Amino acid sequence: MKGYNFGYLDEQTKRMIRRAILKAVAIPGHQIPFGSREMPLPYGWGTGGIQVTASVLGPDDTLKVIDQGADDTTNAVSIRRFFARTAGVRTTTHTEEASVIQTRHRIPERKLREDQILVYQVPQPEPLSRLEPSRAETKRLHALADYGLMQVKLYEDIARLGQVSISYDYPVMVNGRYLMSPSPIPAFDNPKMHGMPALQLFGAGREKRIYAIPPYTDVRSLDFDDHPFRATRAPHACGLCGATDSYLDEVVTDDRGGRLFVCSDTDYCASRRDTAQVAAQ
Amino acid sequence: MSQGTLLSARRVSLAFGTIHALREVELDLWPGEVLAIVGESGSGKTTLLNLVSGRLRPDAGAVWYRDPDGALHDVHAMPDPALRRLHRSDWGFVDQNPRENLRMGVTAGGNVGERLMAQGARHYGSIREAAIDWLEQVEIDPDRIDDFPRTFSGGMLQRLQIARTLVTHPRLVFMDEPTGGLDVSVQARLLDLIRTLVARLDIAVMLVTHDVAVARLLAHRIVVMQGGRVVETGLTDQVLDDPQHAYTQLLVSSVLHA
Repeated sequence: MKGYNFGYLDEQTKRMIRRAILKAVAIPGHQIPFGSREMPLPYGWGTGGIQVTASVLGPDDTLKVIDQGADDTTNAVSIRRFFARTAGVRTTTHTEEASVIQTRHRIPERKLREDQILVYQVPQPEPLSRLEPSRAETKRLHALADYGLMQVKLYEDIARLGQVSISYDYPVMVNGRYLMSPSPIPAFDNPKMHGMPALQLFGAGREKRIYAIPPYTDVRSLDFDDHPFRATRAPHACGLCGATDSYLDEVVTDDRGGRLFVCSDTDYCASRRDTAQVAAQ
Repeated sequence: MSQGTLLSARRVSLAFGTIHALREVELDLWPGEVLAIVGESGSGKTTLLNLVSGRLRPDAGAVWYRDPDGALHDVHAMPDPALRRLHRSDWGFVDQNPRENLRMGVTAGGNVGERLMAQGARHYGSIREAAIDWLEQVEIDPDRIDDFPRTFSGGMLQRLQIARTLVTHPRLVFMDEPTGGLDVSVQARLLDLIRTLVARLDIAVMLVTHDVAVARLLAHRIVVMQGGRVVETGLTDQVLDDPQHAYTQLLVSSVLHA
């Protein structure tokens, strides 16, 4: 596209973001400040993720963008088209064909490989933000690895509700050192982060932070020995493909209480249905 | 410094602008000992407490702490993580206002368990057991473990703060007017409780109070401060029964005898 640099951002900005990414990879789970730029979409729509994607994207890459697991929602479609126009890269909806996947609130069901990069859109990078409002104090707590406060929150949940009540953005310890917000993915997806072969990058545009999990890094969800972390999903099979191992969305189908549970990962669901159809023929 | 002391302050001075809050104060605390710092308002008692616990830095002088292995540490030369570790394991702090130390939005059990969790306790059942045990020890009904501190009375809050502090079995506890602001009958019960717990657990206590009666009841030794200086020090009964310094004489004679 004329008048724009490859991938919209200018090269100096990309270098600055790549430096932040390198630092982030060197210290897994640690939040690195960066000079977040104004992007042609509003805060909360993925300004952090889109800047990280722009900085790691090369002409030979194939890009996939998902929003809540789906390839066909507004946010996913517009970011995919944005890079198709400003970088001219190939785009896809198939997880296994993509080399860079930008995601909002989900990790694809299909296992990712070493040659793939997963870019998360992060609204609030600070896992302690709801417990400790002062940014200066949370920085101190991270520096001293003083995470008793988060554990107290889990204790309170169990004491009052009998179980941990966090269902998304469930805090994790990365590499046994830093407490990290996994972005608002469902707790169901947390175990996928542990030891993932793909590089995981997190961009928070409004909060101006980048962090990362290098491939094959230890990622543990916080829990108690006698109340271990459990990944929960709706107790149904997908209404379209019949999967019993995927994360499900509940869809209201009529105004008489009709409900349908379907895979939130549209690519996973479609490829399962294709395989089933081929097998039937 | 002397042999076997737990904490020693050597010629510490601190000025806030032109106000000399502390002037060349010397202090020794032995393991298991209760030391009371008494003096009038503005004499530097609380400043001294904040300084020896590492919350404030002295302009001159040093404070030494002996860890369980016998090694000496300059409190103000310690790196932040080490000092923080000390504060959440070996040391404890009981504030005059329990609301400063407690988390008011967290249940009683969570408050007591926080120090354990900060030390790495990750077994919910045993944290809860410890919390129940400590609530009983400070005479709070264990049924109230899931209640919020805001539903507690002033005396209960202070006892909850003590439970929260002692749960990790610290060797040294700093107390700043622990009975201040409580009515007399509650004070008496709390003092009795502190005395029993401290003796049983063999904890060293540095206690700041303006109340000579509190010092007489709890302390083995006493330090009298005036205008940022230590004017008299000695065994509690000795100092209070036979005060040498003019200010101590005034202080002792000003106490009303019921």
